[in-house]
Amino acid sequence: MEVKLQNLTKKFGTETAVDNMNLHIKDGEFVAFLGPSGCGKTTTLLMTAGIYKPDGGEIIFGDRLVNKVQPKDRNIGMVFQSYALYPHMSVYENIVFSMKLKKKSKDEMNREADRVAGLLGIGDLLKRKPGQLSGGQQQRVALGRALIKKPELLLFDEPLSNLDARLRITMRSEIKKLQKDLNITSIYVTHDQVEAMTMADRVAVIKDGKLQAFMPPIELHEKPRTKFIAHFVGNPPMNFFNIELVSSDGILKGVNSHFTLPLAKDRQPKEGSREVILGIRPEDISINPDSDLKAEVLLVEPLGRDDLLQCRMGKEDISILADPKDKHRCGDVIGLDMDNTTFQFFDCETEKSLLWFD
Amino acid sequence: MKEKRDNFSWLSYIVLIVFTAPIILGYLWLFISTFSERTYGLKPVDLDGNFGGLTLKNWAFLSDPDIWIITMNTFLMASFLTFGVLLISSLAGYALSRINFRGRKTFLSMTLILHAFPSVTLLIALYFVLRFISGVPLLGFLFGYNTIGGVVLISISLQLPLGIWLMKGFFDSVSWDLERAALIDGSSRWRCWWQIMLPQIKPGLAALSIFSFMTGWSSFLIPYTFLTRGNKAVLSTYLNAMMSSDTVSIQYGVLAAIGLFQLIPILLFYSFTQKYLMKIFSGGSHGGV
Repeated sequence: MEVKLQNLTKKFGTETAVDNMNLHIKDGEFVAFLGPSGCGKTTTLLMTAGIYKPDGGEIIFGDRLVNKVQPKDRNIGMVFQSYALYPHMSVYENIVFSMKLKKKSKDEMNREADRVAGLLGIGDLLKRKPGQLSGGQQQRVALGRALIKKPELLLFDEPLSNLDARLRITMRSEIKKLQKDLNITSIYVTHDQVEAMTMADRVAVIKDGKLQAFMPPIELHEKPRTKFIAHFVGNPPMNFFNIELVSSDGILKGVNSHFTLPLAKDRQPKEGSREVILGIRPEDISINPDSDLKAEVLLVEPLGRDDLLQCRMGKEDISILADPKDKHRCGDVIGLDMDNTTFQFFDCETEKSLLWFD
Repeated sequence: MKEKRDNFSWLSYIVLIVFTAPIILGYLWLFISTFSERTYGLKPVDLDGNFGGLTLKNWAFLSDPDIWIITMNTFLMASFLTFGVLLISSLAGYALSRINFRGRKTFLSMTLILHAFPSVTLLIALYFVLRFISGVPLLGFLFGYNTIGGVVLISISLQLPLGIWLMKGFFDSVSWDLERAALIDGSSRWRCWWQIMLPQIKPGLAALSIFSFMTGWSSFLIPYTFLTRGNKAVLSTYLNAMMSSDTVSIQYGVLAAIGLFQLIPILLFYSFTQKYLMKIFSGGSHGGV
């Protein structure tokens, strides 16, 4: 089912939680809402679910305007961060609750419960109470409760936040696989950019109630439209410097009080003033002892495959990924090479990209 | 180390015993005097003042059919009161906890003020209200002046401020997601309240029902004022009539026996349910206006 949000707005008192949101989600698509807490992503989700009433704009399911449709009549399934299983009911009763409300026959309920339980591998838990289950099992039950309705739209509200790191990775791929197999249009709210990147077909980045970008994860990573996205997406986060653009000998250079960086010919800010923000990801900086660009290592954070070096270059902080075999220590002075074909440029005022436009 | 702790606990026992002694002695006297002709302090004596004089005749009132009607009245009053308070408080508490409507804050603070209001000051006004209801056909028969229904109605309303606040507190502590899940699963607001929310606040319901029942069972002022059958109405007024009768000299033994008789259900009730009652103070304190 297609889902369209048009000029969607929600206010709480004088506060605007969601501001003129426009999204067009395709049938069978897995979309992630990504943003820091309090950015309006859950509010948008709850409006889609029909829990909150929008103050403006339209929510369209397929070709049906659902603004005033009650949650129960929207044919959606939702999975909550707190699982929200009914504590006084057994797993079986939890899963078939929606069918019971529709007065389905016992046989049908048993059949459907078995199907869903088989899908999620919770067949042996049906008689237990939610309180007797582990977090991961509860999450599966919650998923089962959402799936048994054969929903046309699945909503996830940070469903993996309460799980431990290892389980989160397993559940991540499980949910994605399930979604692809069942081909249910899904919206997945998360503040974890890794979840959004790994699971979603397209990611909607939301900040302060406004949609910042809506695009596939790779494009989000490679062609960030704003400085916020560049900073939020990618781990470890991008480095930023304020630079001034100076043209000498026919070459455009980025100049800062501590360094001068020549820019690549085919990667230069397309417009804007002379003062810009330059962004470069830690993985695009390499260590070269012969380089004139020197930095002092302040902190070494071993990540396993790499060491993350927090360094200081003049007045600027910069993080760099290094090979652990090089055994960098605090206080070392290292030379840096920056790959100028990976530079990102942002306007100092608007923080919008000067390379990529919609 | 262990001995030291024992000493300390002995000390605390002694302190507790000293402070509870007056109450315990009071109940002990009550118990002994119901089985004696007279008492000399805690010592049962016969009519001549010698030790002894144990008797069962103070309990003779149990053979009077009136006492069972009165007990039934009291029980009905307490039960209806409990039922009414539970129903209205849990509905109002749910609405106040979950739904944002105009005047919600005002309602909450007014309720709190009502709770602090001494009910005695309302007696005369309530009398007029009941007289008015008496004039309405059918309703007057059920809830008018001089009916158990009327007394229950007034007792419920006086109990509501506490009940509503308690219920709101308990509902506040139930996760919103639970309710959202139920709504998305297809339940209506009513069903959600009944099947999903109420089971979560069972301890609160238990606490409030015990509290209300005990209030109803031992209430005196309202039935005394609004039931003209006076001594034949409920246990507390019956007891009062025994105490203040001008014609017969007061029989303390019988009085004590009736008092103990009235106390028994409460004691039983309380001993089984005190752990729920404690939740009023632990679970019901969440959330403000």
